[in-house]
Amino acid sequence: MNQAMSAAPAPGRQERRPRRRALAPLEPVSARTRVALGVGFFVLFFVVWAFFTLGGFVSPTFLASPITMAKEGWLLFTEFGFLHDIGMTVWRVLGGFVMAAVVAVPLGIAMGAHKGVEAFLEPFVSFCRYLPASAFIPLLILWAGLGELQKLLVIFIGSVFQIILMVAVTVGNARKDLVEAAYTLGASSSGIVRRVLIPGAAPDIAETLRLVLGWAWTYVIVAELIGSASGIGHMITDSQALLNTGQIIFGIIVIGLIGLVSDFAFKTVNRRLFAWSAL
Amino acid sequence: MNPLLSIQAVSRTFVSPKGQATQALLPVDFDVQENDFVTILGPSGCGKSTMLRIVAGLDHPTSGRVLLGGQPVEGPGADRGMVFQSYTLFPWLTVEQNIRFGLRERGVPEGAQKERAAYFIAKVGLRGFEQHFPKQLSGGMQQRTAIARALANDPRILLMDEPFGALDNQTRVLMQELLLGIWEAERKTVMFVTHDIDEAIFMANRVAVFSARPGRIKSEIAVHLPHPRHYRVKTSPEFMELKARLTEEIRAESMAADEAH
Repeated sequence: MNQAMSAAPAPGRQERRPRRRALAPLEPVSARTRVALGVGFFVLFFVVWAFFTLGGFVSPTFLASPITMAKEGWLLFTEFGFLHDIGMTVWRVLGGFVMAAVVAVPLGIAMGAHKGVEAFLEPFVSFCRYLPASAFIPLLILWAGLGELQKLLVIFIGSVFQIILMVAVTVGNARKDLVEAAYTLGASSSGIVRRVLIPGAAPDIAETLRLVLGWAWTYVIVAELIGSASGIGHMITDSQALLNTGQIIFGIIVIGLIGLVSDFAFKTVNRRLFAWSAL
Repeated sequence: MNPLLSIQAVSRTFVSPKGQATQALLPVDFDVQENDFVTILGPSGCGKSTMLRIVAGLDHPTSGRVLLGGQPVEGPGADRGMVFQSYTLFPWLTVEQNIRFGLRERGVPEGAQKERAAYFIAKVGLRGFEQHFPKQLSGGMQQRTAIARALANDPRILLMDEPFGALDNQTRVLMQELLLGIWEAERKTVMFVTHDIDEAIFMANRVAVFSARPGRIKSEIAVHLPHPRHYRVKTSPEFMELKARLTEEIRAESMAADEAH
């Protein structure tokens, strides 16, 4: 009976059908709806925020209103050279992250491809992964001073072990049947690594890097909260001393925006480079 | 005449991590002559694929040895091409790059690689799909690419492990005709594992029937159907007679396998 109905639907029924299915599990939404919903939450967030702050429900000392924040943000750029702070922070994140990736990706590949290397390094790296990068800051200040190197090292320590382990798992999970097929085509051991394991794992490795770059952003702020003369984190600590919640919130929002943009850029590049994996 | 491939008293016992031993393959002796097309027919789980994997060098025999052209097989190599049941094209390479994989690995000059790839692409009827990625192809087209990839390497023997097992019936029949056509033209030595009786007879010069686990070769039946073979041969009296015989043999083994469980 159901079949007969869908074969010759009544005109009224056909219009109601999409609405009924919009709440069904795993049902895709259109691109326009997706954007509208995504923007919608930001709007809702600001409305609620404005309602509580401008409506006088929260003391301005503890939470600035969106308008105060915007004004403070403008002042930051015009009076306090905030662009320089942003530049410093971005540079630190990228520097530390690139250093970590350059070390970690080859190590992870070696661990994933060779079980002996994995047995040798995996326990130690797993141990290091749980060491909080922020706890190293006092030590790093002792070793590297208050300069840029210390900031880079915090991000390096926070990222490198995570990347190693995730890359190793990705490479180790290579499809066995593809490895066997390559062997029957005459591939050598190094050929298997270069031409099967690495290209097969590349999209997931890129995805790992995207994820860890997001974490690196949290480390850099922590690093800048302590003993720093520039950067978004430094600005936030300064503003805290002056109880300027508008500036603090503005700083946090800028971090979020930069994160969003870099994530989007990373995603776009990955999709371009590894078009085959999205087919 | 010395056989191209000689399987000598090859057996295989799998030992589980707990130390439990399962004999998958009793000692098997089997020869394959140059230019022959042999099918290995048996119920699922009988060890026929294990034997093929040992010939390919992907698995090691517990006892016995495999000789190819008089030389013992130590591991996998380009002289034994293989087509698997699962789709094993490299998803990051196009059809053409997949077919060139083995040639590139062996350092064949690029011009020669392209020429050879083009030849086999035409042979398996994939012209126009050179730049497609495997995920853009149907199962049958993927397996055609896999056959072209194995053949482009010019192996001395082609090992096929139920290559059409995952395809729908209509596609499978077309693929059988395609492969047989290639074999009739190139006379490449083929060892073809299947559990499909029609397929085993249609493709082969010789059918080796495997027993239920632990596997051994129970009987060998020569197929004297003339070449070139047309799908209509499947309804000929000779074919039917062979089918009836093999059905009896396989039925006994399937029942034995069923009881063992």
